[in-house]
Amino acid sequence: MAERMALTGNDSAAYAFKQINPDVVAAYPITPQTELMHKFAAYVADGEVKTEFVPVESEHSAMSAVIAASLAGARACTATSANGLALMWEMLYIAASCRCPIVMPVINRALSAPINIHCDHSDTMGARDTGWIQLYSENCQEAYDNALQAVRIAEHPDVMLPVMVCLDGFILSHTLEGLEANDDETVRNFIGEYERSDNLLDVERPQTFGAFALQNYYFEFKKQQADAMQEAPAVIDEVGKEYGELTGRSYGRLDPYRCDDADVIVVGLGSSMGTAKQAVDDLRDEAGLKCGVLKIRCFRPFPGDLIRQALQNAAIVGVMDRAVSFGLGGPLFHEIRSARYGGDGPMLNFIYGLGGRDLSLDLAKDVFRNLAEAKDSGQVEPVVRYVGLRE
Amino acid sequence: MRSGNAGNGMGKKTTTKRTESEVKRVLYERPRALLDVHTHYCAGCGHGTMHRLLAEVLEELGVLEQAIGVAPVGCAVLAYDYVDIDWTEAAHGRAPAVATGLKRVHPDKVVFTYQGDGDLASIGMAETIHAANRGENITVIFINNAIYGMTQGQMAPTTLIGQKTKTTPRGRDPETTGYPLKVCELLDQLVAPVLLARTTVVTPKHVRQTKALLKKAFQCQMENVGYSLIEVLSPCPTYWHMTPMEAYHFIEQTVTDSFPLGVIRDVKDRA
Ligand code: SF4
Repeated sequence: MAERMALTGNDSAAYAFKQINPDVVAAYPITPQTELMHKFAAYVADGEVKTEFVPVESEHSAMSAVIAASLAGARACTATSANGLALMWEMLYIAASCRCPIVMPVINRALSAPINIHCDHSDTMGARDTGWIQLYSENCQEAYDNALQAVRIAEHPDVMLPVMVCLDGFILSHTLEGLEANDDETVRNFIGEYERSDNLLDVERPQTFGAFALQNYYFEFKKQQADAMQEAPAVIDEVGKEYGELTGRSYGRLDPYRCDDADVIVVGLGSSMGTAKQAVDDLRDEAGLKCGVLKIRCFRPFPGDLIRQALQNAAIVGVMDRAVSFGLGGPLFHEIRSARYGGDGPMLNFIYGLGGRDLSLDLAKDVFRNLAEAKDSGQVEPVVRYVGLRE
Repeated sequence: MRSGNAGNGMGKKTTTKRTESEVKRVLYERPRALLDVHTHYCAGCGHGTMHRLLAEVLEELGVLEQAIGVAPVGCAVLAYDYVDIDWTEAAHGRAPAVATGLKRVHPDKVVFTYQGDGDLASIGMAETIHAANRGENITVIFINNAIYGMTQGQMAPTTLIGQKTKTTPRGRDPETTGYPLKVCELLDQLVAPVLLARTTVVTPKHVRQTKALLKKAFQCQMENVGYSLIEVLSPCPTYWHMTPMEAYHFIEQTVTDSFPLGVIRDVKDRA
């Protein structure tokens, strides 16, 4: 029986971990991820999971430990935020390259300096080329649902890649929301058993992972990794559909909201898309503005063709980025612009919410109004605009 | 005491006229570098006492203008809001490396790190050992409260056996999580460090001893003698789930069993 409970984003992810019952979890505390591991450590101590829980001395070690556990045939998970993710950097590439289906919630937080504990996407956006699949969550329910689906996606034999489940620090991690939790058995059946065919502990077929490969084979490894990423979209869609049949909540790689007849479409990811949806409802009622939101759930692999299709009838598109690629603009904006290469109307880039700066409903509405104005006037310079900046 | 008892109604009447400077003789005051602000530290936390000692010592040594602190990640991350000297912020655990860079460029400055057990003994252990092993001429102030305070009470490498934390809810089990890590004794294996001492701040006597050690540690640096580390057993009432007084007693009665107080190495004196 599904159960309705009130949990924070961290608690929701911890609850998903409890139901996943990973073989190994290694972690190091960092705000705002910390409570997730508190909750999970309590499940371990209470015997509710059979996990080998290792409180290691740094995130670099956490990722190293779960990589090795994963290669040894274990279902291994961890979680982190911001600087913790940055400290894992070296190992993030190795996790993906060694094809370790690790699931890792990343509680999005701004990177230093200045040191800041609040939400933005500089951490996971920076990790976009590490070879991990990235799913972004709009609310706590999605964080929970994404974490469960992540296991299936990661471990699919055609994929075998690690998955980051991104959820916004504090905005989701520390906010209590209603959660529809699946019952344990449903989850157990859905995720199944993890069996790695080429595991390190197979004495019959001894294996070496991550060994020296120079000009002779390194290139082929990378091509295989790129191919695995190509397989992921079909798996993500299939898993999202199956999850929907099971729970009534199905998932695609995109989540369009009132886009069908929309002239003005805002694209983005994470919790602020909830605010943007409210702005759409309000502006349609108050001002008759035909607007919509295109939420990106799956950022890696990048669903460029789907995005292009979803935006083809929009008169103007605004892309909201909670991160900056310095010297370029918003990373999401640039990927979308390149996906829409060769026409398809004007686009503006809105950088917002860095270091936890709030995106209020009013500010979200301003973004739509700004776009509508640009559409009418044809004035699309500057392309990169900052929302809610104190200047 | 020339004008003792004056004004309390108990002393003998005296006709001696006191000069203004005698009347205003200051016996005790806030050190200049300790800013008159509310800190974010919990009641009974050892950081407050240590900040005061730090400010006092730097002032008494006359080096407030030369001092550069390296702030950690942990509860003391905002030390720069409380002690009015130059500071820089290091990434978690990297303070000794940052201090190395500062000191090598400015050998005339008084460079120190102020780090907790998560920062110094966990994520930053590599930097800790290598800065000590190179004998960097810096001063390391190590606040050991046997827990990660800022992230709300997880096991630290210095957590006591059996101590309950958020990541060891049934108490630290050495089978799976090892033993309390003794930083001073570990560094005592190295050749380069000149002063390694463990102290605490739970009684006035201890506070005075800590101050003397801290001063000596800075003097080591100012006289170019070399690397010093002062470990301070510091109460964290909040995540030990104790009252401040219980936490103070806990240090004296229990924590010191795992972490004996004393000077572990003092090459300066031996020389
Ligand atoms: S949590 Fe502990 S170490 Fe941190 S300020 Fe409070 S008492 Fe001090």
